[in-house]
Amino acid sequence: MNETLLRELIPAVTGVLVRRGADFATAEDAVQEALIRALATWPKNPPADPKGWLITVAWRKFLDTTRTESSRHAREALVAAGPPPGPADDTADTLQLYFLCAHPSLTPASAVALTLRAVGGLTTRQIAEAYLVPEATMAQRISRAKRTVSGVRLDEPGDLATVLRVLYLVFNEGYSGEVDLADEAIRLTRQVTSMTDDEEASGLLALMLLHHARRAARTTPNGGLVPLAEQDRSRWDTALIAEGVAILQADLARDRLGEYQAQAAIAALHADAQTAEETDWVQIVEWYDELDRLTDNPVVRLNRAVAVGEADGAQAGLAALEQVDPVVPRRTAVEAYLRERSGEIALAARLYGDAARAATNLAERDHLTRQAARLHSVLRD
Amino acid sequence: MAKYLLLKHYRGGPARVVDFDPIDRWTPTEIDAHVQYMNDWAAKLEGTGEYVDGQALSPEGTFVRYDGEGRPPVTDGPFAETKDLIAGWMVIDVETYERALELAGELSAAPGPDGKPIYEWLEIRPFLTAPPTITE
Repeated sequence: MNETLLRELIPAVTGVLVRRGADFATAEDAVQEALIRALATWPKNPPADPKGWLITVAWRKFLDTTRTESSRHAREALVAAGPPPGPADDTADTLQLYFLCAHPSLTPASAVALTLRAVGGLTTRQIAEAYLVPEATMAQRISRAKRTVSGVRLDEPGDLATVLRVLYLVFNEGYSGEVDLADEAIRLTRQVTSMTDDEEASGLLALMLLHHARRAARTTPNGGLVPLAEQDRSRWDTALIAEGVAILQADLARDRLGEYQAQAAIAALHADAQTAEETDWVQIVEWYDELDRLTDNPVVRLNRAVAVGEADGAQAGLAALEQVDPVVPRRTAVEAYLRERSGEIALAARLYGDAARAATNLAERDHLTRQAARLHSVLRD
Repeated sequence: MAKYLLLKHYRGGPARVVDFDPIDRWTPTEIDAHVQYMNDWAAKLEGTGEYVDGQALSPEGTFVRYDGEGRPPVTDGPFAETKDLIAGWMVIDVETYERALELAGELSAAPGPDGKPIYEWLEIRPFLTAPPTITE
């Protein structure tokens, strides 16, 4: 049994413990301990019934904890309660865990950490590694998050939008160490999609697949960024693109547009172009208009200005850029690009330099520095 | 979350708000209180899940550089009176820039002579992150 299959069992096992009367925080700790033991022992001694094994070990851990922490009476009451009443419903349990882990009372970072552990089945060490913090710090972040949601009833109606936001963050941010966070985000979004029949959930899945398809072409072997226009499109994963487009088409046919579907539509239009020159920028601008209407996000207006620049020329792009707040990150980089396209090379070179100094990530800074250097050498010749 | 480096300087930065003797002129109790304050601050951040790292540096630094193929590196210094001298750092991982400022402000209130805050200037620098996947 590989680690992903093991991880898939985790939320259902927690659900069983909770249905037997365990509180979520203690149950989740017990399941994490069972998971760590499974990771250590299963490679040599795989159990015949993996889920049964996890439930047994986690339940025993839970009883040990309550034995030391609470009165004998409480433990006996729990054991007397015996197996859960009624048929088990893993799907409903798992969906409730997603809602709990993305509860609006949690900060985004806490929700991400709790989701990866309680639903994703990652160990604290793996999550700490993905976000470059010590394991003890991540353990504290997770236990604080569990305390924050300790008063939330598991059968409360949840908010799917916050779940999707958390999964989007997992896909988009973090360093990939032992566990590939992009793969993990896609796996969890597939699961949410299968449990909910919601076009924004599947829209998010389509968005992830369409961007994941470009992964091999997105970076140079030494980690540099390759901009979309310069990517080797033969290296895009056509199977992922086909799946993403098919999911998106089914979503759009239901005529309930949301921001993830609109973002996926933009990604699909890029995927559809055999070369950068064939990109249908006019349609992309229209999708940005939809997205702007749906989100009121300054970053959308910034990206729209790029698209307008491609569709109607650099001057039109610069005019669109004037409506973008100067403090929006990457605005200077966009202006540098548009100034270069309109022939203002000296100004573009200076702006690329400014943008590089303001960059918040290393790959982008290096890319912008090279753009500035390229234009400065053009100016010297 | 975003990571920030909080740099503690022995020398350098804006002019001091309160004047105080160098730490080796403080009483042992005052020194202990100062160190304890920083340890407590770090422990609190471990508890909130915002602590990443903290290290102190010896003030004795030497400059070193490459000196051509086949030659040993050249050193210069140590210099007794460099304008800027870093004493150590803390790394925090927080939700917002405002939170980073709040925490730095707390650390800056560490006590000095007579147990009074030294209003120490701390330098705060954001870490560069990994690039996001979705940018368009």
